[in-house]
Amino acid sequence: MRIRIAHETRYSYDKPARGVLQILRMTPRDHDGQHVVSWRVEPQPDGRLRPGEDSYGNICHAFETDEPVSALVLTVTGEVETHDMAGLVRGSLERVPDDFYLRATPLTESDDAIRGFAAAISRDCGTDTLAALHRLLVGLNERMVFDTNPTDSGTTAAEAFRMGRGVCQDLSHVFLSAARQLGIPARYVSGYFHRADGVSDQEAGHAWAEAKVPGIGWIGFDPANGISPTDAHVRVAVGLDYLAAAPIRGSRRGGGRETLDVRLRVDTPPARQQQGQGQRQG
Amino acid sequence: MAATAFDEMNGTPDGAAPVRSAYESLRRWLDEKPGEFFDTRRSQAELFFRRVGITFAVYGDNETSERLIPFDIIPRVLTRSEWSFLERGLTQRVRALNAFLADIYGPQDCIKAGIVPGDLVYRNPHYRLEMKDVKVPHDVYVHIAGIDVVRVGENKFHVLEDNARTPSGVSYMLENREVMMRLFPELFSGHRVAPVEDYPDALLKTLRSVAPDGGGRDPVVALLTPGRYNSAYYEHSFLADKLGVELVEAGDLFVEDDVVFMRTTQGPTRVDVIYRRIDDDFLDPLVFRPDSALGVPGLMNAYRSGNVTLANAVGTGISDDKAVYTYMPEIVRFFTGEEPLLENVPTWRCREPGALSHVLANLPDLVVKEVNGSGGYGMLVGPHASRQEIEDFRRKLKHAPDNFIAQPTLSLSTCPTFVASGVAPRHVDLRPFVLSGAREVRIVPGGLTRVALKEGSLVVNSSQGGGTKDTWVLDS
Repeated sequence: MRIRIAHETRYSYDKPARGVLQILRMTPRDHDGQHVVSWRVEPQPDGRLRPGEDSYGNICHAFETDEPVSALVLTVTGEVETHDMAGLVRGSLERVPDDFYLRATPLTESDDAIRGFAAAISRDCGTDTLAALHRLLVGLNERMVFDTNPTDSGTTAAEAFRMGRGVCQDLSHVFLSAARQLGIPARYVSGYFHRADGVSDQEAGHAWAEAKVPGIGWIGFDPANGISPTDAHVRVAVGLDYLAAAPIRGSRRGGGRETLDVRLRVDTPPARQQQGQGQRQG
Repeated sequence: MAATAFDEMNGTPDGAAPVRSAYESLRRWLDEKPGEFFDTRRSQAELFFRRVGITFAVYGDNETSERLIPFDIIPRVLTRSEWSFLERGLTQRVRALNAFLADIYGPQDCIKAGIVPGDLVYRNPHYRLEMKDVKVPHDVYVHIAGIDVVRVGENKFHVLEDNARTPSGVSYMLENREVMMRLFPELFSGHRVAPVEDYPDALLKTLRSVAPDGGGRDPVVALLTPGRYNSAYYEHSFLADKLGVELVEAGDLFVEDDVVFMRTTQGPTRVDVIYRRIDDDFLDPLVFRPDSALGVPGLMNAYRSGNVTLANAVGTGISDDKAVYTYMPEIVRFFTGEEPLLENVPTWRCREPGALSHVLANLPDLVVKEVNGSGGYGMLVGPHASRQEIEDFRRKLKHAPDNFIAQPTLSLSTCPTFVASGVAPRHVDLRPFVLSGAREVRIVPGGLTRVALKEGSLVVNSSQGGGTKDTWVLDS
């Protein structure tokens, strides 16, 4: 599928902010399941935008402005050609040993409830890793309700699991927490999701998890949708948790209160590009 | 166990053996001076410490959050030949630690060779992925190490733990010496005590030697503190003063185009080396904890670009881990090709099932420590624990065996110490400070001797009621 993304993040400050410095993980890489056809990251006002790479291999940009700014807009636009790989992640850049992805972080630390949830799965599935992960995916989708209200970007897996509510970030954190508890290396993925119901305006980017299955490799699990990623998913960055893969981490001096406004449109491009897709497949 | 401990002054605690020669004249001094003399001097010492304001905060102790660490006026003495041995052993160990860190953040040969299990490294929260393949100047990671050494016999020293993050206590080494020289000038004219006063000079040389290549510019060094509410703030301001460098907090620094600047009255000044006394987690809110107000946004980018040197390097905490510690003998052999001069304390790794069952069966005799714990928190001293404490620990241990190691209860050496009833033997350890620069390792002769003031206690940490002593390396 050809997916088109237009993602605008607008920060407005009460008073002019100085020394804005941001680290952006907003640029996808190619792997077997996706080919990045075009991609642009444009900050407004103009500043210094330096590309780089973090230790996971994610493409990063460091963005800096010296002038005081009262608003800051990051516009990301691009097109990605995706293929349904039945959740399998092939041809991705792997910089980090699997064992690393067993590490708990403050956001993914398990508690008794998550450990109990994981233990029940382990009793049912024994050493069948793939079965355990599917059980985990389905179990979480059943147990947790998608709800944007009670959680924020700092909510931990344990908190979200206790409430039984959260957004894709929270569900993914619980998935990671339980998978690691089962001794399965697992990581957070931030990206985009193309909805099949024709709704293209979204409130936020998407997040899911990937787990390493012996003999197979990395497989994606999207607990918010209860499925493995398909060609509707665009994979942007990976990490131990949200913080490690976060699209934007920023700082500023002064500026007072900040208002955040996100506009995200994920759709399929008009016919001209559709043709391109035909050519590629042919 | 006090009955079997080696006494630094008398050889045996009962005093049956002749006084060891290094302590002969100290012993005479103690015997000859009247009790009032010592009482006066002890209160003068306390007054001195109060006046300079050398206090520390005890976490979890709200009532008296600032305390003086008790100072004992009887020095702990090491002979020159004992010290030379320690110096060689410490140099070897710290070289190995630096090589180990350069390896796990580089080619990872020691993991490939099976010297250290990979999961122990990768799963450790102090292993910082952000440091992988980052070139640090001269491959020095641990510029300042505090290696805790215990003595268990006339010629037997063990390393108890390695402190490679931001070891503290060196201000006590310096202040203890200063107060001793003021109070007892006669002792110093009668003994050839090796000086420790050039520590700040050695530290500054070490820090300047690892500055990024500045094109001939004189490197600018700053000391970064979390601020006055930190338990070691006194030490931070003391050292900045002795080094003659700026003491800065996060708000005094900023990063522009991957270069670190310090705000000064003369405008922004470029900083080359930061002696940081802030934990990794708080260094840069863009990379580590986002809620950290103590850190400098962009610092890690500047560091990874090689425009500033952090001392110690980011990610050294992995070598403080007590599970990694158990591999130090192999690490020393692998990286230096030599036999370790300083032995580890024999240690059971509770992550290994055989070791775990041994530990569970012998809890009342063992010391059990959390692999990531420090400051004497989260440990069980079996022989001194109640049945309830032992059972509580047993549960913790079974629940997460990977988090613990266990050691036999060591009979740490004792040293005569003033207590309420007079002079009595108390257990001591030693923290020498090892400085690693571009070309050389420097260790000032001595270190911080900590003493467990409670009779029979083996826990010397200041947070657990320990005191300190001046440490003498004596040329005969």
